[in-house]
Amino acid sequence: MAVKVVIPTPLRAHAGGKTAAEFSATTVQEALNKLTAEFAELRRHLYTNEGKLRSFVNVYVNGEDIRYLSQENTPTQDGDTINIIPSIAGGTQ
Amino acid sequence: MKDGLKVRMSERLAAALREHAMRTYPHECCGALLGRIVTEQGAEEREIVAALALENQRDDSPQNRFSVAPRDVIAAERAAQAQGLEIVGWYHSHPDHPAKPSEYDREHAWPWYSYVIVKVEQGEPGEMTSWRLKEDRKEYEEERIEVHRSEVTK
Repeated sequence: MAVKVVIPTPLRAHAGGKTAAEFSATTVQEALNKLTAEFAELRRHLYTNEGKLRSFVNVYVNGEDIRYLSQENTPTQDGDTINIIPSIAGGTQ
Repeated sequence: MKDGLKVRMSERLAAALREHAMRTYPHECCGALLGRIVTEQGAEEREIVAALALENQRDDSPQNRFSVAPRDVIAAERAAQAQGLEIVGWYHSHPDHPAKPSEYDREHAWPWYSYVIVKVEQGEPGEMTSWRLKEDRKEYEEERIEVHRSEVTK
């Protein structure tokens, strides 16, 4: 058992075409660190140059937004699913 | 427009996108584009098979902004998977504005997805275009929309 990280379609090309990856991790941060260590190209899409999660990246653990949990320090355990959800927005001006 | 960069959809689907854009006018509509991608001899064939109309969450400025709730993104992904498809892009309308992505669109877009924009002029749907953000996020490439008469089996 491990923590499963589901990779959205726009980022799969940077993750060897994988739809998901599994890691042993006790927090969201640890899981995402392991994900970006394995697939370095993902880092610039998920994090700013200052190392913060980009504002248009939503991270959910078992269907819950980590902004309403403990952000990246949200604890994880075996069997949990982390979803990286692209923020979808726009407009004319 | 780059040669070979194109997206296909049926007449019926194109009409559905225009109808949604007309229905929400003067507000922007939005939705998910479900489809499949087949690569043959190095050439990518991107077919949009279905559209999932979603609610614009921007109550504060729906006439020139749209956003999709993350829960709707998750639901759209599940709907796509259930049909053996994937989310290949998103659509929205530009009420009384050209069907070209704005700087605000670019700031919020992701590479890889097809972003279809439907222009609505005085309540009447008009030009429909599709765009993909380059990997460096600096600009879009327009992709040709190929509308065909036959329905694609899901």
